[in-house]
Amino acid sequence: MTSMQFGIFTVGDVTPDPVNGTTVSEHERIRNTVEIAKKAEEVGLDVFATGEHHNPPFVPSSPTTTLAYIAAQTDKLILSTSTTLITTNDPVKIAEDYATLQHLSEGRMDLMLGRGNTAPVYPWFGYDGSKAVELTIEHYQLLRRLWDEDVVSWEGTFRTPLQGFTATPRPLDGVAPFVWHGSIRTPEVAELAAYYGDGYFANNIFWPKEHYIRLINFYRQRYAHYGHGTPEQAIVGLGGQFFMRKNSQDAINEFRPYFDNAPVYGHGPSLEDFTAQTPLTVGSPQQFIEKTLAFADYFGDYQRQLFLVDHAGLPQKIVLEQLDLLGEVLPTLRAEFDARRPAGVPDAPTHAARVAARDAAEVGAQEQVHA
Amino acid sequence: MTRVVAIQAGLSETSSSRLLADRLVASIERQVPGATAEVVDLRPLAHDITDAVLSGYAPPRLQHVLDLVGSADALVAVTPVFQASYAGLFKMFVDVLESDLVIGKPVVLAATGGTARHSLVIDHALRPLFGYLQALVVPTGVFASPHDWGSEGASALTERVDRAVGELASLLGGSGTGRSREDDIDLFSETMLSISDPPRQF
Repeated sequence: MTSMQFGIFTVGDVTPDPVNGTTVSEHERIRNTVEIAKKAEEVGLDVFATGEHHNPPFVPSSPTTTLAYIAAQTDKLILSTSTTLITTNDPVKIAEDYATLQHLSEGRMDLMLGRGNTAPVYPWFGYDGSKAVELTIEHYQLLRRLWDEDVVSWEGTFRTPLQGFTATPRPLDGVAPFVWHGSIRTPEVAELAAYYGDGYFANNIFWPKEHYIRLINFYRQRYAHYGHGTPEQAIVGLGGQFFMRKNSQDAINEFRPYFDNAPVYGHGPSLEDFTAQTPLTVGSPQQFIEKTLAFADYFGDYQRQLFLVDHAGLPQKIVLEQLDLLGEVLPTLRAEFDARRPAGVPDAPTHAARVAARDAAEVGAQEQVHA
Repeated sequence: MTRVVAIQAGLSETSSSRLLADRLVASIERQVPGATAEVVDLRPLAHDITDAVLSGYAPPRLQHVLDLVGSADALVAVTPVFQASYAGLFKMFVDVLESDLVIGKPVVLAATGGTARHSLVIDHALRPLFGYLQALVVPTGVFASPHDWGSEGASALTERVDRAVGELASLLGGSGTGRSREDDIDLFSETMLSISDPPRQF
């Protein structure tokens, strides 16, 4: 049993390496992603998550295909997403694809739902980007029912109605995949996660921690409001990013050209300012450990920590070295997080634990009937 | 106590925009009882503002100024005219304001330019911008050209400064628009309520 899960998440960007000027092909990027996931298991990480995008320069348009392929070559790794687009995917197809992945991986999977953020994507799938929040809510409410109820009749605004519909295959052991909701600025998504007692994930990459604290606290309060437990028992996941070398100055020198040219924040703040102001660590393993442990001070004790490692055109060799370094500090991170963790903070969700909890609840209910 | 923040985007040292901001601040301290006013120069924040535009978050020094603006009772905005409009630095600062930060806030608009022919910049460029931000802009805009700093125009400039600040003082003494930024998450919006009340048609 793992109280806290550690892993990596990938955006799946194909970005030119600013140091040697080369760009990997889509084929290489996809094969590299598989190698990275297998490496994650090898170094002792718990989770590998892939993004979903439908436009260049990103390759992961078909997450369950990739994740099922990885599941077949791993034993313990939990396969997840970062994120699955709840807006532009048909909830029926999400229900079926991820239930299939659940069976193939023997329950070693969950998924993180997100809106995506590129307006032109919506019309490619027949939707209107100005309705993103409404789509998120309606699609998720339907997805929930497709997994939790064997026969569903449904009518909504955005999809053709369903009459007596059964999504197949049914979830493994009758327990649907665990769902995380990823968002960094939309209170409705935090509310959705809280209402259903699902997990809430803040990417914790681009901005100072203050930007994430507000919605995480809101989610924790609303989780308690809906009767799932105390605010401290809400299921929180965080992102993060690092670049480590034994000697911190080596890390800074080596990472700087990748940072300076990175998508999203490149050509903006200096590496020094960005590491001082955001959760990014560029430095020694000890610096990385200290900064990561502090996350729990700001956001409360939490269940899942994912790091972005393969991005900004970093060569595969360096990414794999970074995973080795992450693996080396992992026992310390686990021990330190466990040591500070108060009793009553739930463990990270796994399929086995959720099946056991469901069975225990059913036994409890029967005993009450017979009492 | 009334707190007023004057933002000025003049680039030179000392710029006429800074001088105009100082005049407005002095007039505020004379005309608004108990008011304190301070001038914030944007030039030293130029790199922070650029970083904020590119990264989506304000570095600490800029965040401090944004907090000052958000908590001020009223604002003064002064920009030089570059190429027939407000300075790019001025607009970049406005771009990093959260869109609801100055809703309902009383504002005096002012600009400086090399010729009086630019004076309509206040009404053609600044006023629509602050209209979009839903600020409460006073009727008098204060434009200063080189002529206004000399002996001939000086009294007219002083008159405009005092008139604009008089209007601001009057707004501050009243009940304002009754609107300001909403900090709380709205739990009762239609979309929010639809989450805990999923439709069950069948």
